[in-house]
Amino acid sequence: MAYTLMINGERHDVDVDGDMPLLWVVRDHLKFTGTKFGCGLAQCGACTMQVDGVATRTCVLTVASAVGKNITTIEGLASPAGNALQQAWVELQVPQCGYCQSGQIMSAAALLESNANPSDAEIDAAMSGNICRCGTYSRIKAGIKLAAKDMKNVGGAA
Amino acid sequence: MNMQRFAKTSSNNISRRGFLKVAAGTSAGLVLGMNLGTSTAQAQSAGAAKLEFNAFVSISPDNQVKVLIKHLEMGQGIYTGLATCVAEEMDADWAQIVCEHAPADVEKYANLFMGMQGTGGSTGMANSYMQMREAGAAARAMLVSAAASQWGVAAADIQVANGRVSHAQHSASFGELAMAAALLPAPDTASLSLKSPADFKFIGTLAATRKDDGKADGTAIYTQDIQLPGMLSAVVAHPPRFGAKVLSFDASKALAVKGVQHVFAIESGVAVVAADYWTATKGREQLEVQWDETRSETRGSAEILKGYHELVETPGVVAESEGNAAASIAASSNVVEGVYEFPYLSHAQMEPINCVALVNGTKAEMWYGCQMPTGDQAAIAAVLGGQTNEVKINTVFAGGGFGRRANPNSDYIVEATRIAKELPGTPVKLVWSREDDMHGGYYRPAYVHKLTAALDSEGMPSALQIRVAGQSIMEGTFMASSIIDGIDASSIEGLTEMSYHVPERQVELHTTQTGIPVQWWRSVGNTHTAFSKEVFIDALARKAGQDPVAYRLALLKNNPRETAVLQLAAEKAQWGTKVLPEGWGRGVAVHSSFGSTVAEIVDVSVDGDTFKVERVVAVVDCGVAVNPDIVKAQIEGGIAYGLSAALEDEITLTEGRVDQSNFHNYRVLRMNAMPEVEVHILASTNAPSGVGEPGTPPIAPAVANALTAVTGKTFSRLPLKLA
Repeated sequence: MAYTLMINGERHDVDVDGDMPLLWVVRDHLKFTGTKFGCGLAQCGACTMQVDGVATRTCVLTVASAVGKNITTIEGLASPAGNALQQAWVELQVPQCGYCQSGQIMSAAALLESNANPSDAEIDAAMSGNICRCGTYSRIKAGIKLAAKDMKNVGGAA
Repeated sequence: MNMQRFAKTSSNNISRRGFLKVAAGTSAGLVLGMNLGTSTAQAQSAGAAKLEFNAFVSISPDNQVKVLIKHLEMGQGIYTGLATCVAEEMDADWAQIVCEHAPADVEKYANLFMGMQGTGGSTGMANSYMQMREAGAAARAMLVSAAASQWGVAAADIQVANGRVSHAQHSASFGELAMAAALLPAPDTASLSLKSPADFKFIGTLAATRKDDGKADGTAIYTQDIQLPGMLSAVVAHPPRFGAKVLSFDASKALAVKGVQHVFAIESGVAVVAADYWTATKGREQLEVQWDETRSETRGSAEILKGYHELVETPGVVAESEGNAAASIAASSNVVEGVYEFPYLSHAQMEPINCVALVNGTKAEMWYGCQMPTGDQAAIAAVLGGQTNEVKINTVFAGGGFGRRANPNSDYIVEATRIAKELPGTPVKLVWSREDDMHGGYYRPAYVHKLTAALDSEGMPSALQIRVAGQSIMEGTFMASSIIDGIDASSIEGLTEMSYHVPERQVELHTTQTGIPVQWWRSVGNTHTAFSKEVFIDALARKAGQDPVAYRLALLKNNPRETAVLQLAAEKAQWGTKVLPEGWGRGVAVHSSFGSTVAEIVDVSVDGDTFKVERVVAVVDCGVAVNPDIVKAQIEGGIAYGLSAALEDEITLTEGRVDQSNFHNYRVLRMNAMPEVEVHILASTNAPSGVGEPGTPPIAPAVANALTAVTGKTFSRLPLKLA
C-alpha cells in the first residue's frame, strides 16, 4: 500500500505493508541508515526518532500510524538542541562503538527541547529507555549538561 | 614485553612494502554507492590517489595521511590508538590523519601476539605499539629523504613538525612530497630512530581525538547499514534447543507472504530471504519447521549448576599446586569456606549479529565487523570449497563486540556464506533479531567455584584450595592447543599465579560438557575468578578482623604493581578517612588481567532490599597510556559492562530452552543505575598493556564487598540480590 511520509521536512512516498515499522521503512526502503535496529521491542532506544517532536521508538511504530506526522531522524536533526548535543558528543568524546548514539542523541534532543535545564533525575528519567552496552552513560549525561549550558550561553548572547 | 620481537616482525612487513603502488581514488565502496562515513569519503575525494609508504601508511597528494588499522574498531578506540602511534613518529598534523580498516591479509596484518589477523585479549595496542610507531617513523624518513634530494640539503638538517617538512627557506607538506617519497625504498627498521617519550606530542596526551567519527550524526557505517545493489535480507529460523537439526519444513505459507523470495534449509536452520528485513521476518513467522531434537541439550541451567555444586565437593584436575594445601586445611582449626555461582551470560552487544555476503562460485566478498579475519577467511573458504585468498573481507565498524564477534567457529559468518552460496551473484544481508541473538548461544559459561582457606594465628591465609567447575571456552576452537593436560587456563585464569602471597595453594578444575555453546565474554575467565578471589579475600579479612585494604596490602608484599595501584585507589577514594552517609557501604577489589592492573573502590547506598552503586574510584596501570582519555573511557565502559552482570544479567535455560529473549527479561545496566566513575591512570613507562577488558573484573566483587560492609549479608552468586 502507498503511504506518504514527512521525514526531515521532505515528502517521501513508499509502497509497503501498513504494519511495517517506521524504522524498517526508513532504513530498508528510504536508505536512511543513521537510525539503528537494536531490539525490535521498544526496549533499547536505538531506533529513536522524533515524531511530532516526541522521542519515539520506531521499531514498534507502524508506517500507517506515522502518516501525517513530522518525523525527524538523526540525519535531519537540526534544532539548536540537536546541534549543541552533537557538538558536545564530539567535545566529550562520548561514543565508543557508537551504535546506540543516534538514538541517545534523538532522546536527548527531545529532552532539551522540552526542558532546557534538566536535573540529573530528569536526565535519568528521559534517557533510561536508551541502552548503551559500551557504558557511555556518564559521558552522555555530561554531554546533555554541556549542551544545555552551551544553549543557555548562546541564548544569553542573543 | 619483548620490544625486539615486535621490531623484527614489523621491519619485515615494511621492507616487503618497499615499492610504489598507486591505487585509484575509488574503492569498491564508492563503486557500489556505499556511504562509508565521513573520513573515508574525504579520503576518496577527487585527486586523492593514495601513495603507499608501507602496509600501514599511505599519503595522498592532497595531503591526507591514511592509516590502515589491522584491528576491528568496535568502540575500544583502536582507530585512534594506532593512528596516534603513526602520527607521533611522522610528526603529522592530527587533522590530516584518516583511518580505514585494513583488508584481510595475514601476511601484512597479523596480530603479533596471535600469529594470525585478529582482535582480542586486549592486545590491540600492546601488539601494535612498536609496529605502528615504526611504520610512522619509516614514512617520515622517506619524506625527509625525498625533501633532502629535492632541496639538495642533508637529511639530518631537515625538520618535520605538524605535517610539514622544512629546511631554512624550504617547506613542503607531506602531500607535496608524497609522490617522490613513495618511490624511495623503505628504510631498514634498524636505521629508524624512534622518539624519546619526552618528545611525545600525541602519545600520552589529549591531542589525538577519536578518529572513528560519524558516530554523533548517524553517518558511521556498520554492517546493518550496508546497502548494495540488488541486496536481499535474510533471517534464519534456528532450532529451539542447541544441537537440534532441521527434520523437515513447509515453506508454502512463508512463500505466500508478499515479498518473500526464497526459503531453504541450511545447516543451522531454515533461511527466509526477502527484499527487506521486516518482510523476511514476516515470512519466518509463517514457516513450519519440524526439528530433530534427538541430539539436543535438554537440561536446564539449574540442573547443570546443581551438578557443578556437586563437582566442587570432589577433587578435580590439579592445575597448580604448592605445598599440601588440602592437608594443612584438614589440620587447621581456623578454616574459611566460600562457594560462588555464576550464570551463563549473553554479550548483548547493541548491534545484533549480522553479516553481508556475496558469493560467486568459490569466491566471496563480505562486509561486516570482522574481528578474526584469518579464521573467518578459512571458515568461508571451507564452505565454498575454495582458497582463503578468494575471500575478500570489507571490515566496517562493529556495534559492540565484547567477545561475541570473535567466534571460533565463525558461526554467523558461515551462516551468511551458506545462504549467499544458494543465491550466487546476489548480495545477502543476514540479520539476527535480538531474540535470535539472545537465543543464539556462545554465552559466558556458567561456573561454580569453591574456595577453602586455613588461616594462621595472625589471621593470614596459610593454605588455599580452589575448585572450579564449568565448561571450557577453548575446547574445540583454534585455541584448543592452549589446553594442556586437560587444563583450559581460561577457566581458572586469575585464580592461578595469584598475586596474594599464600604459602600453600592448590587449584583444581572440573571441565564439564554441555550442549550449550560458550565463548569468551569481556575479560573471559576473569569475569568470574576475580569475583570469587576478591570476595573471598574480604571474607578472610573479616575473619581476621582486619581492614580489607590493609589485609590485601599485607598479602601483596611480593607484588609491587598491585600494591601501587591499590594504594593509589585507597588514597584517591579516601579509604578509611571519608565519612559515608548513613546506609552507605564501601568495598574494594584489585585484579590483574591482560597485562594490566585495576583497583576499584565502590560506594553503595542501601535502602531496604534495594541498593544503588553510587560511585566508583578506579585506578589502572596499563603501562604507557597512549590515549589517556580512551583509557579512561575503556575503564568506565568496562565497569559499566561488569556492573550490568553484577546487578542484572543472567541467561537461564529450562529444559534446554533459553528463557530470556530480549532486553525486557535480559535486563542490562541503564543510565539510572550508572554510578559516578572516576578513573586515575598510574604513571608508567612500561610498554602499553590492555585496557578493553581489565576494567570489568573488579567491579562485581567490589560491589559485593561494599554491600557486605553495609548489610553484613554475604553473596554466593551473581547477579547480586539483597532479597
